[in-house]
Amino acid sequence: MNFSLTRTSLIAEADLIGIAGERAVCDPRGVLYFPELKLLAVSDLHLEKGSSFARRGALIPPYDTGATLLRLQAVISDYQPSIVISLGDSFHDGGGAERMHASFRERLEALMAGRQWFWVAGNHDPEAPADLPGETVRELAIGALVFRHEPSKVRVEGEIAGHLHPCARIVQRGRSVRRRCFAGDGGRMIMPAFGAYTGSLNVLDRAYAGLFRLETLMAYMLGAERIFAISHPMLRPG
Amino acid sequence: MTVEPRLADQNAAVALPEPFVRWFGEKGWSPRAHQIELLARAQAGQSVLLIAPTGAGKTLAGFLPSLTELAVRPKRKPGQAHRGIHTLYISPLKALAVDIERNLGKPVEEIGLPISIETRTGDTPSHKRQRQKLVPPDILLTTPEQLALLIAAPDARRFFEELRYVVLDELHSLVTSKRGHLLALGLARLRNYVPDLQTIGLSATVAEPDELRRWLVSQNPPKGLAAPDMAGLITVAGGAKPDISILDSRERVPWSGHSARYAIPEIYEAIKKHRTTILFVNTRSQAEMLFQELWRANEDSLPIALHHGSLDVGQRRRVEKAMGENALRAIVATSTLDLGIDWGDVDLVVHVGAPKGASRLAQRIGRANHRMDEPSKAILIPANRFEVLECRAALDANYLGAQDTPPLINGALDVLSQHVLGVACGAPFDADLLFEEIRGAAPYAALERDTFDRVIDFVATGGYALQNYERYARIRKTKDGLWRVSNPRVAQQYRLNVGTIVEMPELNVRYVRQGRGMAGRGGPVLGKIEEYFAETLRPGDNFLFAGKVLRFEGIRESECVVSNGAGANIIVPSYAGGKFPLSTYLADQVRGMLADPDRWQALPEQVADWLRIQKDKSVLPKRGDLLVETFPRGNRHYMVAYPFEGRLAHQTLGMLLTRRLERANARPLGFVATDYSLAVWALDDMAALFKARKPSLAALFDEDMLGDDLEAWLNDSWMLKRTFRNCAVIAGLIEKRFPGQEKSGRQVTVSADLIYDVLRSHEPDHILLQATRTDASSGLLDVSRLADMLSRVRGRIMHKHLDQISPLAVPIMLEIGKESVNGGANETLLMEAADLVEEAMGPGRGQGQQGLT
Repeated sequence: MNFSLTRTSLIAEADLIGIAGERAVCDPRGVLYFPELKLLAVSDLHLEKGSSFARRGALIPPYDTGATLLRLQAVISDYQPSIVISLGDSFHDGGGAERMHASFRERLEALMAGRQWFWVAGNHDPEAPADLPGETVRELAIGALVFRHEPSKVRVEGEIAGHLHPCARIVQRGRSVRRRCFAGDGGRMIMPAFGAYTGSLNVLDRAYAGLFRLETLMAYMLGAERIFAISHPMLRPG
Repeated sequence: MTVEPRLADQNAAVALPEPFVRWFGEKGWSPRAHQIELLARAQAGQSVLLIAPTGAGKTLAGFLPSLTELAVRPKRKPGQAHRGIHTLYISPLKALAVDIERNLGKPVEEIGLPISIETRTGDTPSHKRQRQKLVPPDILLTTPEQLALLIAAPDARRFFEELRYVVLDELHSLVTSKRGHLLALGLARLRNYVPDLQTIGLSATVAEPDELRRWLVSQNPPKGLAAPDMAGLITVAGGAKPDISILDSRERVPWSGHSARYAIPEIYEAIKKHRTTILFVNTRSQAEMLFQELWRANEDSLPIALHHGSLDVGQRRRVEKAMGENALRAIVATSTLDLGIDWGDVDLVVHVGAPKGASRLAQRIGRANHRMDEPSKAILIPANRFEVLECRAALDANYLGAQDTPPLINGALDVLSQHVLGVACGAPFDADLLFEEIRGAAPYAALERDTFDRVIDFVATGGYALQNYERYARIRKTKDGLWRVSNPRVAQQYRLNVGTIVEMPELNVRYVRQGRGMAGRGGPVLGKIEEYFAETLRPGDNFLFAGKVLRFEGIRESECVVSNGAGANIIVPSYAGGKFPLSTYLADQVRGMLADPDRWQALPEQVADWLRIQKDKSVLPKRGDLLVETFPRGNRHYMVAYPFEGRLAHQTLGMLLTRRLERANARPLGFVATDYSLAVWALDDMAALFKARKPSLAALFDEDMLGDDLEAWLNDSWMLKRTFRNCAVIAGLIEKRFPGQEKSGRQVTVSADLIYDVLRSHEPDHILLQATRTDASSGLLDVSRLADMLSRVRGRIMHKHLDQISPLAVPIMLEIGKESVNGGANETLLMEAADLVEEAMGPGRGQGQQGLT
């Protein structure tokens, strides 16, 4: 295979996992990076979720958009991707982009500048975000990979999806640890939600039924500094 | 004044209307002096605090002013509007309200009084509540939460405008919590409706009666209204002295642990010798364990029952009923039975484990022989050697009549936020007037205007520096200067979230027939169990609950499915709440006893002997000193300190000491804390560090640890997150979780932990974070107590270096490994799990390459 890693300090050979023949890094901050393609995928940003709740009377702090963008800024400046794919539910609702505070909009646009940016349509944000650059698509095929928001019911090799907000739980020495995770079986991958206010759903929940080959299913749980790869038999529901 | 519990003479009974005098006569009773005294003061317009032991006729005393007044009130003529409530009775427990309805109904009926008495609790059906609004009873028995709801209703002022008395039962237990804050604010609102409202507080003995006396009246009466700043006080001296003993066991008292298993045969003998025994324990897990052990010893099949807060309500009611009918010989109970519900002929109270506070002990012992003039009989069963000291100290304190109820704290801001929204739901308010009203509530007497304004801001738009939410405001100031609810949905949301008790998420425990597994349906619900405990179970695990060994089958929606279990490896659920720390007063007593060998004679010989050997091999600290021992063991170095300040303060101290030792390169590995002491272990020789003054022991224990170190640690602490969740729910920022909307809702709702993280990094001074820190310092962290201790021992730390472990250190050394410290170790657990995968599957499978062909 012929490729060069742009940021060798970040990516060790052993950190790469395979998805339908392509190689990617599961970053513990919750993004997926394909070094050969210089492509960064991030899912379920749910920007403006705070203000979406506020509209309905729950006045939770309005800082989630800022917090999410700061974290996104950090990974983008580390990997310097040429292509960024936001895998749907980028905004918590259709009016999110309009409600966004001007300072956040500026920050987002600065992040987008000089890169190819795709907004994959999600169930929360089926339409293109108002007044923002970038191309809105239903799904996107690049090489052997297909990027779409909701995982298909039938198995699709090379599908990268979001939507389900996977997390995994283990019990070790009588104590339970639950973390967001990437879930993959070597053929498809479901990404963790990236947004500051996004919750998560256990990969053993019935919503995932039939999506994975259980014998090769791994949960790549997000740690503070690294990913912890946990195989299916060690996972617990709930 | 203090009133003797003798019977009043005929002259005193003058204040009683004739039908009452006749009723007392028919019963062969005379009204008690304090009952008459209270009636006379109430008739003179005074609010009164009545402090009396159980069995002194407190309830009747509290209601006499209302009953006598209602007895002579002219009847409502047909066509006249229905009258509002005359008397409001508020108790901390629903069960107590129901109990009072029965107890009060009897004299009312026998005297033939035209008085209607009704309860209103969370269990009251909605049609009855509706009817109560239209046709209010004369006397309404209810809880603080229901009062908050009544106030938040648009017709509140009319409903309460004829209110004369508020009777507050078990006031000592209400005032120390956030429920007490909510109630105090409710009272302030009632005083706004009825400025000359009178309150009658009923309380067990407390350390500072004046605090309760202030609580009962407005601390900020309207100008021109001459009102005393304290309620009157009537104290009834305690009844017969209780007969309390500490079990002097034939068996060896263990060094550590809480099960008191060693004493089971002796406890069983005691049960057999008495009519009815109540066995009090401190936690629900102890209750489960003791119950199990007693049945194992129960060769005579005596009817022994179990009662604790996690059991199904129906189950609890059956036990209470059996108790009232004297059908039980023994009942194992937790604090759910602490309060003054009156039933059964209990002739023995057994307290298993140390009582943790002298007042709590007195209250619990009061349950035996619920008649004031007969002595109560109680046996204390210490579970380990330190508890022997604690029991002895508690016992001395009880004879001295010493009290150690916790000090009252300033009113919480989350509760205030809830109340402000509630007031707005009831009627538009003027901020200036509301501020004056709220300052009348004792817990908020010192509230500053600036803080109050921030609370209003929070209620309106969240109070964020980034003012994004103006258009979503819940309350708005209109042109007339009044604050109003911006739409009816706000009031609906408020009603669903009212109250200050935030439960840990719980699952129903559903029983199915064995062998059916998860397919089994329709069995009874045995009670509730904390979600986090259920999540650590594996199908097939056996655990103890509701007095049964159960087999865990799995979690189905909001239910934990179980069947009959068996086997040796039985897990006992540990419950988050219910662990009381050792009270400050009792801690001081224990230290005093340690320092004074003359007092050891009162201790069982094996315990006295333990202390003598300690004195011989190490040293015993003086009463005000702090002993710190260091010794090597295995390839580690240990430091054990004995502050006796309770588990919570010790845990905080342990966290902070470990941080400092880490900075001093002592390479600390961990710590463990009990009510009495804490132990830290490290790879390096800490004694050598102290000797070289790097740092000195005095510097290590310096009070400045409560500055930056505390702040830094706090921010990441799970305790702060849990506290924040509670504050956020009470303040109405996030909604309460209701059964059934669990789990699947996880992606949709925003978890409090995430909100906490975001808010902390973007607006660390937000009012809700301020409230959270205040709560944590007095609650889970017990910082104030730690601060008091550190300042007390300044210059009085006694270091003893030893070659080996001392006798006093044995109990805490045995705790090591039993209880892990919940801290930043989660990553380590993940690493272990990931390594296991790697080990089992071979390298490469764990961390990469997988699927690559």
